[in-house]
Amino acid sequence: MTSLAFIPTLANADIPAAVTSPEFAWAGLILLLPALSAVLCGVCAALGVKNKLPGAITAVSLLAAFATTLSLFMKMPHDAPRVVHLFDWVAFSWAGQSASWTSFLAPFSLYIDSLTLLWMLFVTGLGSLIAIYATEYMEADTGKGYARFFGSVSIFLFAMGSLVMGGNLILLYLGWEGVGLASYLLIGYYYTRPSAVAAAKKAFIMNRIGDLGLALGVFLIWSNYGTVEYDGLWKALSDSGDTVAGASEWSKAFIPYCLMLGAFGKSAQIPLFVWLPDAMEGPTPVSALIHAATMVTAGIYLIARTYPLFALESNALTVVAIIGCSTALLSATIGMAQYDIKRVMAYSTVSQLGYMFLGLGVGTTFGAVYHVFTHAFFKALLFLCCGAIMHGMAGQLDLRKMSGLRNVKGFGVISWTFLIGCLCLAGFPFTAGFFSKDSIIAQAFASGNPTFAILGWIALFTAFLTAYYTFRVWFRVCGGPTKYEAGDEVHGHDHDHDHGGDDHGHAHGSHEWHPHGPRLAINGVLLVICIGALLAAVPSYLGEMKHEPNWVQTMVEHSSAAGGVPAAHHDAGGGEHAHHALSFTGIEDVHTATSVVASAAGILGILVAVFFHLMNREAADKLRQALLSNGLTRWLPLLLENKWYVDEIYHAVFRFPAWVLGHVFHFIDKQLIDGFVVNGGARIPLELGRVFQPLYNGALQGYAFTMAGGIALIAAWVLWMWLQAS
Amino acid sequence: MNHPAILAASDAQIVNGALLVSALLFTCGLIGFLSRRNMIIMFLCTELMFQAAALAMIAFGKVHHDVSGQVFVIFILTVAAAEAALALGLVVLLYRRRETLDSEAWSELREAA
Repeated sequence: MTSLAFIPTLANADIPAAVTSPEFAWAGLILLLPALSAVLCGVCAALGVKNKLPGAITAVSLLAAFATTLSLFMKMPHDAPRVVHLFDWVAFSWAGQSASWTSFLAPFSLYIDSLTLLWMLFVTGLGSLIAIYATEYMEADTGKGYARFFGSVSIFLFAMGSLVMGGNLILLYLGWEGVGLASYLLIGYYYTRPSAVAAAKKAFIMNRIGDLGLALGVFLIWSNYGTVEYDGLWKALSDSGDTVAGASEWSKAFIPYCLMLGAFGKSAQIPLFVWLPDAMEGPTPVSALIHAATMVTAGIYLIARTYPLFALESNALTVVAIIGCSTALLSATIGMAQYDIKRVMAYSTVSQLGYMFLGLGVGTTFGAVYHVFTHAFFKALLFLCCGAIMHGMAGQLDLRKMSGLRNVKGFGVISWTFLIGCLCLAGFPFTAGFFSKDSIIAQAFASGNPTFAILGWIALFTAFLTAYYTFRVWFRVCGGPTKYEAGDEVHGHDHDHDHGGDDHGHAHGSHEWHPHGPRLAINGVLLVICIGALLAAVPSYLGEMKHEPNWVQTMVEHSSAAGGVPAAHHDAGGGEHAHHALSFTGIEDVHTATSVVASAAGILGILVAVFFHLMNREAADKLRQALLSNGLTRWLPLLLENKWYVDEIYHAVFRFPAWVLGHVFHFIDKQLIDGFVVNGGARIPLELGRVFQPLYNGALQGYAFTMAGGIALIAAWVLWMWLQAS
Repeated sequence: MNHPAILAASDAQIVNGALLVSALLFTCGLIGFLSRRNMIIMFLCTELMFQAAALAMIAFGKVHHDVSGQVFVIFILTVAAAEAALALGLVVLLYRRRETLDSEAWSELREAA
């Protein structure tokens, strides 16, 4: 294999022309149901409903949307994408000189192919499960924010549906902004907390920067290919050579970079990743649904969907791979040094998203999409576990203040499902995360590109770090001797209401406080998602057993992301892989070799975590002290604990100059515009008035005298004129 | 008065006299209005000026052989009666506010110095 040979030469014939299928119009229900539920939640809020009705409405409509997606998946033939035209939305046309530049059409239509279905299955499935979980999790806010919460979740599901199912880039953009709005609303859900408001603003602004890139990308796509509809776009791509007015090579080459910026903003990659860890200010179900499983994968969806555009520009894919890999490494190192378990999970999400971009970049859209799929389950599971712990421990999230929760009554389900989530995240052999992560790393080595091989080594090292920080959390929180402190919400919302459970006679003093385990909704959802996380590995088992591409791979191959599934990927007996980067293992097949090395890295990470966080917890503190006291190594723990000072750097480079500039403009506005121009102009009549002001002394006789004098003057003038005339 | 000889000599005398009286009445009213501060006197003075105008109107009606002048005066008297009732009512109200009829007591509409 020579370098760059891996770059899939885009066979446009691979993307069959879409079939217009009005018979699938009922797929619109997937969008309609969450929209309806959002409206009903609004009605509930307006009527001041004080019970769990909004939660029930949302859960039921999302379950119905999931059922619709499932039956769509069953009924739709996978031969060609289906386009369902729901109604005309944006339709401009005009007379022009060029034949193809006379219209701008973006109908409200759905583009349904296997990629769409794959995404919608886990979006609606996890969405409904998490809505059920949230009916219990959010019960403390019943009445006050309950309807607002579920209304925002419904808006999110509608927007995500339009993002994924939309038949053109304008609908994708609508959904893109819609999920951003829902994310903003939900991060700032506890709007009385300044940190939540700041986090919401940060997420919104960071996303706007990315959205600018996406918008520019869409503009460029239209001006180069004359359409924003996927089907037309693929057609225009295959008709290469047919140049159209307004198209230019440099702007074509620019498209993937613009789209990439949008994807990096939404999916929290360098340089726009800092919003995601702060987004954990939102309620935990939101972190699980939006900021781990679904919304943040929109960037991967965007690139996978428009993969033919990226395949035209191989440098763009290399950039995606490098950015993804560096993000994975950077956030994994930060995750190692955080004490807030939700924050560790947030950084691990950023890190795993980095893996997915690495997969896209090195040319395995299958690996990326499969990792999205498995990650959605196990990361949602991990977040929901964190949320359940937080819910039961009165807001406690510090892993130093909890230990041995597995033995606490009511926390059994949490602890063991948490363990399974951690195993998946750590890439423990034969879990879902193991298969999906390895397919990405293996492709990095299999590509034969030396740059990608380096990225593959970094990814392997990151896998070791991932396993370490994941199990650091689990061993600290669930392992070891049982010991815990309540969080700061002991007097807060958690105890304003009657839980109705008999396992906790809750009192309002911290000495009498003890944790309460979750009830049916939370435990049930944890178990179901845990089973989902385990089952996510099944496609790989079946694929291995039957020696055929696994289910997810088939799904990806039948979509526009197909360009990223290299043919070489299929044949297991890869004789041409003889000299791959992992040849030292003595295993010829690069996939098997990667699996072995990555498992070794993962298990090594777990073992290190066992030593430092289960067997000998003092050693971890001693190591930190030793590093801190040595002048040469001080920087390491400081850098990691302070998140590489990225926030501070952004503050110094962007926020502070913007702040200064804002004050300069404020000064100019106040002093120059308001002070000189506006008020200065107003001074002219003011001063003029001051000259005549003595005439207005308030005395009635004075006015009368002035008036009489005036009349006399006029009379005298008339008389004089008359005398002149006669 | 050097008027076109459209009037009989006796009529011209009456018109001249009426106009003279009108002018005198107006001047009295104006001087009174400007020099006095008692609001009732000031009001009477405005009435004087008003009736001077009415008288002049009758005189000019005579000049033009037109009864409209006299018709107007009937209207003017009616309006003046109504207006007198209103104005005196206002004066009473103003008096109740300040316990004085001096117009100087009402000088708030000036610019603060």
